[in-house]
Amino acid sequence: MASIVAVIASTHHPFYYRASTSTGEDRPPFADEWVRKITAFRETLTRANPDVLVMVGSDHFHQLWLDNMPQFLVGKAPFYDANWYNEEREFGLPKMLLKGQEDLSAHILRAGLDSGFDLAFSNELRIDHSVTCPIITLRPEADLPIVPIYTNIFAPPLPQPSRFVQLGEAIRRIVEEWPSHLRVAIIGTGHLSLELGGPRQFGPHGPDPEFDRRAVEWIASGDLDSCLREVSLDSLHAPGNATHGFMDFMLMMGVAGAGAKADHVDTLDLFHTMEAYFTWYPNGVPA
Amino acid sequence: MSKYLLNKFLYTVDRDPELVERYRAEPHELVTWWEADRANAVLNCITDEASTWLRFTDEERAALIDHDHCKLFELGAHPFLTLTLFIAMFERDNAEPLEYQKAYGARMAHFAMPYPDIAT
Repeated sequence: MASIVAVIASTHHPFYYRASTSTGEDRPPFADEWVRKITAFRETLTRANPDVLVMVGSDHFHQLWLDNMPQFLVGKAPFYDANWYNEEREFGLPKMLLKGQEDLSAHILRAGLDSGFDLAFSNELRIDHSVTCPIITLRPEADLPIVPIYTNIFAPPLPQPSRFVQLGEAIRRIVEEWPSHLRVAIIGTGHLSLELGGPRQFGPHGPDPEFDRRAVEWIASGDLDSCLREVSLDSLHAPGNATHGFMDFMLMMGVAGAGAKADHVDTLDLFHTMEAYFTWYPNGVPA
Repeated sequence: MSKYLLNKFLYTVDRDPELVERYRAEPHELVTWWEADRANAVLNCITDEASTWLRFTDEERAALIDHDHCKLFELGAHPFLTLTLFIAMFERDNAEPLEYQKAYGARMAHFAMPYPDIAT
């Protein structure tokens, strides 16, 4: 059976690429510290020596639209073109091409459907920065095949937070049951408190530092009970109008497992939002 | 109220560089043309299979023509779509980094929780 060599959860900040590659007067003052933290975070994946990456993210109204909106969608394609015109325009993100791992996609779809998750699928998916940002931060060579999994954290009505956790738990079990010798890392990105297009956006830090503090604690300690008790679809409006992206962190807590303490935890308080990085090693820390 | 159609306008204009420029330069022309020509297009269907029933309310049309992002927020347009398109049109006028984004937020200071519902 396949082995899950790392479970990784992080924010996906589209400004990282530009900040980390800019020089001279264009380089923001926080760039060096950000690069240091990302370099340490990247090492946590490199040490796990994965063959395949399952990438959980959320399409930001790029390919998935309100005339035909899936709640959970698994890509199954030999290749994925990546990044969109408006991401190049606003964030300077490069166009990318990633390989797919269709056998694992097919396995996740079959086993997911048989486990009570009516997963949508796509055979031609152009992925966006929710997946490419962690590729850029964690595996900039972009050389490993992926299985993208998209969640709807964006276009209400949304699934309940508990459903994200359940899907994460199912993905963990399903990948572990994949009849393959390959080493799989499961990586997912979301948000802490975040406001987009509202009065609290682009402040000196995230819109709700207290929510961020508690969220990091829940994730780092695997405290799913407290997290599920305190988080609801309604409550997530309070920390910022785009905070429903936190449910992808909850999905990754489901992958990591209740009570699983993260082996790597780091944060960076930036303008507009807090960055957060977590890695779990289900089979122990690699030598 | 047609939040869906507002979102469809923001979504389809944002992804087309030519339409972004037309909306910045001539909003009345662009909005009028879009409503007549594009509002009923089903995005993955041929022209003959367009919808027949989609149109803006007067209030929605005026908000779009006026580039009034506060009004669009009040009407329940998706804030991510509005922000992304408006950054594309107006960030270029910045004198300093994030100037437009901060001013955009400041203009919305009168909105208190709960914000307008964005469910479509």
